[in-house]
Amino acid sequence: MEDLLADALRQQLQDQCTTAVVRRIEASGDADALWAHIDNSGFADALVPEAQGGSGLSLREVLGLMSLCGRFTVPVPLAETMMARSVLAQTEGPDHPARGRITLAQGHLLPDGSLVCASVQLGRVSDAVLVSDAVRSWLLFTQDGQSASASFVLDANLHWSAQHMAITQPLAQHHDTRLLLACINAAQLSGALLAVFNNTLQYANDRVQFGKAIGKFQAIQHQLSLMAEHSFAAHMAAQLGCASDTASPDPVRVAVAKARTSEAALEVAGLSHSIHGAIGFTHEFDLQLFTRRLHAWRQAGGSESYWHTVLGEELVDQRRGLALDLIRSATDTTV
Amino acid sequence: MSTLDSLNLSSIPAADEALRTEVRAFLIEAMRDVPAHVRAKSWSGYDPAFSRALGKRGWLGITFPKEYGGAGRSAFARFVLVEEFLNFGAPVGSHWIADRQSGPLILKYGTLAQKQFYLPAICRGESFFCIGMSEPNSGSDLASVKTRAVKTATGWSLSGQKIWTTNAHHCHYMIALVRTSGDPQDRHKGLSQVIVDLSLPGVTVRPITDLSGDSHFCEVFFDEVQLTDDALIGAEGQGWEQVTAELAFERSGPERLYSSIVLFDQWLAFVRTPQGRTPEAVRLAGKIASQLAPLRAMSVAITEKLTRGESPVVEAALVKDLGTGVEQLIPASIADDLFSRESADIPLELLQTLTYVTQVAPSYSLRGGTRDILRGMIARGLGLR
Repeated sequence: MEDLLADALRQQLQDQCTTAVVRRIEASGDADALWAHIDNSGFADALVPEAQGGSGLSLREVLGLMSLCGRFTVPVPLAETMMARSVLAQTEGPDHPARGRITLAQGHLLPDGSLVCASVQLGRVSDAVLVSDAVRSWLLFTQDGQSASASFVLDANLHWSAQHMAITQPLAQHHDTRLLLACINAAQLSGALLAVFNNTLQYANDRVQFGKAIGKFQAIQHQLSLMAEHSFAAHMAAQLGCASDTASPDPVRVAVAKARTSEAALEVAGLSHSIHGAIGFTHEFDLQLFTRRLHAWRQAGGSESYWHTVLGEELVDQRRGLALDLIRSATDTTV
Repeated sequence: MSTLDSLNLSSIPAADEALRTEVRAFLIEAMRDVPAHVRAKSWSGYDPAFSRALGKRGWLGITFPKEYGGAGRSAFARFVLVEEFLNFGAPVGSHWIADRQSGPLILKYGTLAQKQFYLPAICRGESFFCIGMSEPNSGSDLASVKTRAVKTATGWSLSGQKIWTTNAHHCHYMIALVRTSGDPQDRHKGLSQVIVDLSLPGVTVRPITDLSGDSHFCEVFFDEVQLTDDALIGAEGQGWEQVTAELAFERSGPERLYSSIVLFDQWLAFVRTPQGRTPEAVRLAGKIASQLAPLRAMSVAITEKLTRGESPVVEAALVKDLGTGVEQLIPASIADDLFSRESADIPLELLQTLTYVTQVAPSYSLRGGTRDILRGMIARGLGLR
């Protein structure tokens, strides 16, 4: 089932989410056509229980889908919507209006009662945001708030007025949106990392200098080996982050996953640019579509140091005895 | 890339995982009074009595068939045992090589008589092996070995020299890679493996003192050592292929993640005290754990490949290069943490452990293939060579 689904999404993204499409959406902010295709195929409901019209898959089973979102630099919130619809379906009941493109964000209420969310991932191309502060969560529609541009091109800084917040009911349950975002971004990073690695390997085989492919030089080979090491450690880490038989991630595993994929993002982005040279630094060459996202996803949902602290607090304050026992609980699976 | 793509999350079967409780109970008792700076020797710690005690419990050669004294268990059973040994800093050095690679090599390439002769003693912890690969002029360039076995009427006459041979002065046998035909310029052709009884006339073993003051490696000289016909292991001229298969065993195990784990646990115990806990230390603890966890999962995935009879050479190189990086990060970053503090209130035992691990850490990325050799192997696996 999961392989069939991943094959179907891969096929669809190959056809409809080409790098030319990604560039057009980044330039215009108009992603409606691409989203309509993807949503019609049902992928966004993969984690929603079957009784509520979804596919009822576990996180483990949708890792492949989320990783494809990274592999194809999908400029619409597919992974985010998958996760948001899943938690809303689990906790808010079948009648909740969890339609459209929903992204995930942390926000905070200002003293005047309004709510701000900084650097909302894909906020410019989302219909709604599942927002949490430390104690409450809301489903807020982007058309009801004010949007300003953020550092990453399709992200947005969002603001909802005190009047709007006064008439908006918090959700029945609190959702840890940073945890959810970290889980999906670890998966998206793993897909993007493998893409960057494969593209760089291909480039090193194609590019000729000093009369031979640069991949024949030992210095380049060792850089590619290092990229392979980080990419595959990240691939394994993302699997750990999604190693859940339910639709909900485990915080310790996500801490490992997001920390390790974020570390790999920095290393692999740097090495890929080093090997590509000046061409990789141009707007025209596709590498930038990936490496800008490696940095964006490394940051969103908490950078490696944020999750190092989370995991460290678990290890230092909550555990006794061997570090091995924490490492085992993060890596052992029963499937 | 296909081989690497298949490195997927695997799980240890429940029957093998069940061994952990038993071995941990044994280790808690056995290691109770051993200080951390001694346990930090990890798989360099040498104790024949301890090896025999493990043999009595059936924990050596656990993957060998029952007819040779083993338990016929899978590579996962050995993974669980070894992971516990390493995390407790048990002195496993005596039998380590025999259990990890010499035994499996004999099992794979040996004759029935060789298996019956060598394997049961390995399983009892009575027969220890070392690896005769490096020579003074053959380090990373292993195919250039010059030690030569010349055919005689009754077997082979062995002359030459090996170096950096771990534990040779405590071992009964060496499995040596030697030239049996041709010249060094024939490279991979004409190499064979022979089992050398180190008590034979003409064998001289001289320990070399390392920078920490230990003598765990040796030079070994062969002066017309007379070997019988059955000293040859596997096929004559197939030495290179056999060594390559052997190195997959050597590089794939959890000992490439846990060489500094005793230090990490000792430091954690300090960080868990009110005077030891700082936000920086907590973050560092998480950083190290978050790097170890995916590596452990990769090591389990490689073990799964071993159980299917595969020889995951490139994957093992990849995990070893990353794993030794974390093993070296541990002493470097713990030293930085401890000596960035205002107070110098650091437990002496922790400092002794740190000093020892700091000194030996360079060897982690030398033994079993240097970083540069491993990255070259990965590059070959990527089709770049």
